[in-house]
Amino acid sequence: MDPASGLDAVCDIAIEDGSIAAIGQNLAIPGAGEFDATGLIVAPGFIDMHVHLREPGFEYAETIESGSRAAAAGGFTSICCMPNTSPVNDSATVTSYIKERAERHAIVNVFPIGAITKNSAGEELAAIGLMKEAGIVAISDDGRPVMNARVMRRAMETARSFGLPVIDHCEDLHLSAGGDMNEGIQSVRLGLRGIPAASEDVMVARDILLAELTGARFHVAHISSRHSVEMVALAKARGLPVTSEATPHHFALADDAMPPYDSNYKMKPPLRSACDIGAVTAGIISGAIDAIATDHAPHAGSEKMQEFEKCPFGILGLETAIGVTLDRLVHSGKITLMRMLELFTIGPNRVLNLNRGRLAAGSPADITIFDTERAWTYDVNRSASKSRNSPFHSQTFRGGPVATIVNGKVVWTAEGLGLASASQ
Amino acid sequence: MPSGLLGIEPLDRVEIETILDRAKNFQAQQSARRKSDQLRGRMIVNLFFEASTRTRTSFEIAAKRLGADAISITATGSSVSKGESLVDTLNTLGAMHPDAIVMRHAASGAPHFLARYLVETPIINAGDGTHEHPTQALLDARTILDRRSTLEGLRVAIIGDIAHSRVARSNMYLLSKFGAQIVLCGPASLLPPELAQLAPGISLTHKMEDAIRDADVIMMLRVQLERQHEAAFSANEYFQFYGLRLEHMSLAKPDAIVMHPGPINRGREISSEVADSQRSVILNQVENGIAVRMAVLESILGN
Repeated sequence: MDPASGLDAVCDIAIEDGSIAAIGQNLAIPGAGEFDATGLIVAPGFIDMHVHLREPGFEYAETIESGSRAAAAGGFTSICCMPNTSPVNDSATVTSYIKERAERHAIVNVFPIGAITKNSAGEELAAIGLMKEAGIVAISDDGRPVMNARVMRRAMETARSFGLPVIDHCEDLHLSAGGDMNEGIQSVRLGLRGIPAASEDVMVARDILLAELTGARFHVAHISSRHSVEMVALAKARGLPVTSEATPHHFALADDAMPPYDSNYKMKPPLRSACDIGAVTAGIISGAIDAIATDHAPHAGSEKMQEFEKCPFGILGLETAIGVTLDRLVHSGKITLMRMLELFTIGPNRVLNLNRGRLAAGSPADITIFDTERAWTYDVNRSASKSRNSPFHSQTFRGGPVATIVNGKVVWTAEGLGLASASQ
Repeated sequence: MPSGLLGIEPLDRVEIETILDRAKNFQAQQSARRKSDQLRGRMIVNLFFEASTRTRTSFEIAAKRLGADAISITATGSSVSKGESLVDTLNTLGAMHPDAIVMRHAASGAPHFLARYLVETPIINAGDGTHEHPTQALLDARTILDRRSTLEGLRVAIIGDIAHSRVARSNMYLLSKFGAQIVLCGPASLLPPELAQLAPGISLTHKMEDAIRDADVIMMLRVQLERQHEAAFSANEYFQFYGLRLEHMSLAKPDAIVMHPGPINRGREISSEVADSQRSVILNQVENGIAVRMAVLESILGN
């Protein structure tokens, strides 16, 4: 199935030298290996545009290599890594470092996202043009917002001149100050400081208006609040180049799904109310939300095993994205399989212009093969990630990734399926 | 009580009534200076990560009056100040096999966290962040029942910084389970509307007069005006609108009682005249604290 062309048929794909040579019926290349995908869905390689790889600086939690393995195990062939490393990716040097490490150790394609401001401190602009030359595909201070509107304005103008989208982690830090979970009846009940949805909304509103002022392409990271979804839809209706992404946990889990004080449910933006989940789901259906991105955020066990308020924000997401999306959106009849593929392929590609996300002769042979029926259980202790912070441990899913092909090479297959590995 | 006491919310009326009845028996013991042998040979560790003289001493005395050994560990005097993580502190203690751990911590959910790792040891929550303070609610209920035949239908006003009060939450749950009418009162920024949904019988007001009118019980909470991440509140403004003064008492029922979990801030949330008046049962609360904690320890550790 290929959303870009609308292809939805049973056919063969021929791969040669890392590219797709042909798509058609009964293709034959003498001497070629074969991958039998009968009964499975063959799609363009999935793109996760929001991943934290933690390298450089936090290699104890994840590395470019281990993160890429987790990505492959989740069916992703391309990932975009956020710059909140140590040092922050705010220069061509760090961008080049990441690219080099990825070239040598990553088993999927890695596209770095550069910081908006120096050290993501929100004051001076980072070396956006130089980073673009070094290979970034967008700018973001993810993990933090850019609190100063004037700085954000200048960043948007700069990004626009270099043809880069601006991805904002929308959060007004004054409103969210000290908060550990969504502000609502659960936070009051648990005695935890709340993060009001308004802290996201005011920032989304501000950034949309600044995007209109500057003409920049603006993308809302991990959208979670119903007012934010509303505003993005409105901005699109007015013809503004505003896009957004949602994580699987933001359409799957509400704040009352959290076992008391379980830090595997703690992230920013926090899990919100059933109403917000409904709005995110509706936004996915209507197109206000362009992409599903996991915000895969590994943290060492010791960090997540503390008093709730001390635990860092973030959960894993790469390996469960397909399972959760199939479960909550496709099997429940809310979206079609083709729409799901859009959210993982042409959706993110349109935001970032990666030239990926389609099955066509001449395109890189990045292919995601998954199934929609087979039951499997996620065991986080066997995750390819170095970290273990997932709320989906021991969950059984119906359908999941089966094989991942990057640049023509099979880099991962699901265990126990007796699949032959072909590397051609 | 199965394994410990983390909060009032999960308890049912029977469990609570059992403790309150036992506490009544233990009241006599307080001035009789009797000591029992019930928990002889048991070791109870009081693990206090937050400063507290009142509660800690109360638990210590309760343990000793039952014949148990009690050890108190306060955070500043322990290796926590050397950077030891909570998990390691807990594991270290667990390895010494105490019979129960009484824990007070500044983080909501800390005893739940503790209970996840020390599955063999009963944990008694002596106050976790802004979440619950179950023994306080139990001793408050015991104090009210010393002067009223039932909690059913009583009008209880809880006044102060409700948003940050674990005492308020535990009291709300307990009083609601017994059919009391609870009126929560405080400044708008300290009274989130969601409080009304925590349990049946709860209403909210910003007007002190409305809260106190016809009240059987007035529960004043200690207020902390400066808080991290919050816009500070003026002390004069607070006392003017939410401080309990003698003239308020004519609005309440003639036999209304005034309670406070302590320590009191005279002139901030309660005037000296009221704190020292006949209606104030603040010191009875302290007395009952020991009796109630004896009942709790007995029910968790007794045979």
